[in-house]
Amino acid sequence: MPQTPPPGLGRTLSRYGGPVLAHLAVLALWQAVASLPSMPAYILPSPVETLATLGDPGNAWVSNTLVTATEIVGGFAIAVVVGVGIALLFSWSRTMLDWGMPLLVTLNMIPKVALGPIIIVWMSYGIGTNTVIAFAICFFPIVITTARGLAEIEPEMLYLARSLRATKWQIFRKIQFPGSLPYIFSGMKVAAVLAVAGAIVGEFIGSERGLGYLMLQVQINLDTATMFMCVLLISMIGMLLYGAVDLLERLTFGKEDGG
Amino acid sequence: MKDAAFIALENVRKVYGAGGSTPYTALSDVTLAVDEGELVSIVGPSGCGKSTLLMILAGLTTHEGGTVRIGTEAAPFDPSRDIGMVFQQALLLNWRTILDNVLLPAELLHLPMKPARDRARALLDLVGLGGQEEKYPRQLSGGQRQRVAIARALIHDPRLIMMDEPFGALDALTREKMNLELLRIWEASGKTILFVTHGISEAVLLGSRIAVMTAGPARMAAAIDVDLPYPRTLDMKTHERFGDYTRQVYDLLGMT
Repeated sequence: MPQTPPPGLGRTLSRYGGPVLAHLAVLALWQAVASLPSMPAYILPSPVETLATLGDPGNAWVSNTLVTATEIVGGFAIAVVVGVGIALLFSWSRTMLDWGMPLLVTLNMIPKVALGPIIIVWMSYGIGTNTVIAFAICFFPIVITTARGLAEIEPEMLYLARSLRATKWQIFRKIQFPGSLPYIFSGMKVAAVLAVAGAIVGEFIGSERGLGYLMLQVQINLDTATMFMCVLLISMIGMLLYGAVDLLERLTFGKEDGG
Repeated sequence: MKDAAFIALENVRKVYGAGGSTPYTALSDVTLAVDEGELVSIVGPSGCGKSTLLMILAGLTTHEGGTVRIGTEAAPFDPSRDIGMVFQQALLLNWRTILDNVLLPAELLHLPMKPARDRARALLDLVGLGGQEEKYPRQLSGGQRQRVAIARALIHDPRLIMMDEPFGALDALTREKMNLELLRIWEASGKTILFVTHGISEAVLLGSRIAVMTAGPARMAAAIDVDLPYPRTLDMKTHERFGDYTRQVYDLLGMT
């Protein structure tokens, strides 16, 4: 019997059915393993026990989540602005590129996490400090990918523009910058994931608020369920940020893939 | 008085890195005259300086010796407005529609956009892409993209079209089809076309003249008048005279 593509609802199911089932299967496995009589809750709390921690007002979920989200989104946003800005300088000035790029590559070798304690010495701890750590960890990929995107222009395209006596600004605005957008978005996606790690590391090293701080507080009591909930919320912040970048990318490129 | 040629190159010489320790002579001696409205094929092996020659004509690089003149006193040539270029790659901007790609030179030159848009539609009709204005480059085949590139080269109504192996990346059958299309577009537009290629049969089929260049050091070997009537057709390739011209080019390139 010939296979026909399933229409409407069927197609939605066949596209999303697999991923949804895979996620549900992991959740079920988690619940099953956690329900084993030999499994203590401080090693592996069940999904239900994890969700139940949301009811504990002592965890100050809303304010802790907002603090962490602020650090992540703030560090990410600064990284996008500074990262794209530096890449632009590189593309405008040959000297900046020749001097700056090797320096950046060297600096990138520093494990940014190791800078955390130093940044805390400089800035004391708080939201601002963790924002800076998130920024430091996620801005390199944005510089590198944006610089590559801006450099990607074909030499013949430059001849073509120059034969029409296009100005540097015209070439940038009409050809170079739009052409680099896919690169900027891919750099932003990598950065979105890294920013989450940066903010949490900052909170681990020294802080008095945020989900990373909460994790350390409840760890003392072996409250693993609350720690799991923290991890879930942190992951969700990261997913929302990533999703926002992805949505922005789709809105930007929506038309040209159409048809 | 006889009209002066539209393009006059005399003993043009181009050296990269002149004065440095390893100067490279890209062109040693090029002499060529082209009349307005002519389609001249420029043929030669890789590295013979064909592309350098186009860059000199476009005013994008200097030359170290000889004279380069385009246009006449009666009709002076403005290199920023009077040159359209087509390359081996179509160089279309993926994020722009076909119509907006054709309009790029008009934007760069700050031409009035409304008439330019009408002209772009007419040019897309001319190159056989009428009705596809709102498509994106990704939706086109290689041959169609080159058609867009040709329309883009014509949008600002330049007097000279320079084509640098424009069909070199196409498959053989598409390439022959595009050769015929180019002849049709040339006759409809009346432009002067310099057509750089290393396809010898393409050079013979298209050109009213063939400028043959040799490599190492790059120089103009000869210019052959191709006395085949227009409109030309693919079956002319089987004619004896077509074979004669082809052989002459091979001889000049030292390949026989």
